[in-house]
Amino acid sequence: MSNLEDLYREVILDHYRTPRNKGELPPPATCTEGTNPLCGDEIKIFLDIRDGVVHDVRFSGHGCSISQASASMMTATVKGKSLDHVRAVAKRFKQMMTIEENDGSTPADVKLGDIEALQGVVKYPVRIKCAVLGWNTLLQGLETTEG
Amino acid sequence: MTLDVAAIRREFPMVGKQIDGKQVHYLDSANSSHKPNCVIDAMSTFMREGYAPIGRSSYTLAANASAAYEDVRTKVAKFINARSPREVVFTKNATESLNLIVQSWGRVNLGRGDAIVLTHMEHHANIVPWQMLAAEKGFEIRWLPLTSDFQLDLATLDQLLKGAKALAFTSMSNVLGTINPTRELCTAAHRAGAIAIVDGCQSVPHMTTDVQQWDADMLAFSSHKMCGPTGLGVLWAREELLEAMPPFLGGGGMISDVRLDHFTCAELPNKFEAGTPPIVEVIGLGAAVDFLNGVGMNEVRRHEIEVMNYAYRALIDRYGDDITLHGPTNPELRGATFSFAFRGVHPHDVSQVLDERNVYVRAGHHCAKPLMRIIGANATARASFYLYSDESDVDALVEALNDVSSIF
Repeated sequence: MSNLEDLYREVILDHYRTPRNKGELPPPATCTEGTNPLCGDEIKIFLDIRDGVVHDVRFSGHGCSISQASASMMTATVKGKSLDHVRAVAKRFKQMMTIEENDGSTPADVKLGDIEALQGVVKYPVRIKCAVLGWNTLLQGLETTEG
Repeated sequence: MTLDVAAIRREFPMVGKQIDGKQVHYLDSANSSHKPNCVIDAMSTFMREGYAPIGRSSYTLAANASAAYEDVRTKVAKFINARSPREVVFTKNATESLNLIVQSWGRVNLGRGDAIVLTHMEHHANIVPWQMLAAEKGFEIRWLPLTSDFQLDLATLDQLLKGAKALAFTSMSNVLGTINPTRELCTAAHRAGAIAIVDGCQSVPHMTTDVQQWDADMLAFSSHKMCGPTGLGVLWAREELLEAMPPFLGGGGMISDVRLDHFTCAELPNKFEAGTPPIVEVIGLGAAVDFLNGVGMNEVRRHEIEVMNYAYRALIDRYGDDITLHGPTNPELRGATFSFAFRGVHPHDVSQVLDERNVYVRAGHHCAKPLMRIIGANATARASFYLYSDESDVDALVEALNDVSSIF
């Protein structure tokens, strides 16, 4: 099961079992929905943005361990961060997931931290969509917020 | 086991195959079945020795190819006990068969004030085409619900059928495994003056099909779930219905004459087979029908009931309440397709862990999202068996689920 241990690392299972920032935020926080039509995973990201900073964030919905853990880690990463930083981390994450090319535009000091644990997902192409669902929904939410 | 499963398995190159030194256990036959040597060989031999276009050219090879193609139509007609091969139309897949019904029969017969009845256990292919036409024509779609034991709730059927023009339903659920009372449903439809359209994708590969005994009006099914190749579906409909229906796709092969200002259609069934058909695939389906007839569809069904009983016992003995089967528990009322939930673990995680042991199940909504919402599952894992499945496949599933327990 060595491959599986690479996929289901302890930090991922931890976020899956005890998700951070799970829940909803009332308006004026925005709510953005994302779905993965292949597996039926659905997610909602609630964003409260003030002065160019993610003041608060929550996620709700259901999905596999990878999508739930990734969304949980995402909220923990972006909370309290500037939108520029959030976009840079999102970009770096997508580069790690091999769905965006590394064009050298992301500053090297943008670190993924715990999110690095999702590296193992790349070996399972079908699951990449699960891992990026929360991030893509977040990016959509940022666009809505900024009109 | 009543069937000589070992002999059957030897006929399927993909069954019992090893990948990375581990035996593959293919439990996704409800999705698509493996192909026996005779199908692979028939297609290959036809392309090597007998290939020619059909229905157009008059040289000997083309005439022979046409005859071989039409022979398969006759075989398929017999396989489902159609009155005539003229009632059998080859399509791209069962989804196209259903779209043909909707776009041809539906477009002429359904408008504002009309209604059709579908069931809560339909595959998207028997929902979305109707919704597409309903959005355009404004007819009503009514829904036959389920009982708590995963059967169709027939109590409300007559009421729902009042004034309806069609009842379109699956003969077997691809999620629950439920086998529906097809004859009773057809009778109810006719009593109300509606036609009965059967989605036979899940039942036709696994048990005897008799459209006359059912008293059905139309039937759609696919080749690739019944040991035949992909790229080919079948539409059967009563001749008088097909005669009255306008063509679906236009082009070569479906006409008897074309003038600058109009065309006239070819006779049945060519009227519905525009363009060069999947000739090689049809030859393959013929071999698949011969193969299944050789085994006997009643034997296939009996074997699957045995596998089901074995699987049911093995899973419940080992996992008890940790496993929930979505579907009827009585094997007489179900096919060998098991949707299940395991210890609250997401089905994608279940299938991922099983994959590590080369146990292949499908996880997801199985193209039946309305049904998934009704049974309260966003997704299920599904293990489905066929005539080549045996106890070793069940044992591998039971064993691999233990790994799911260890990780989650």
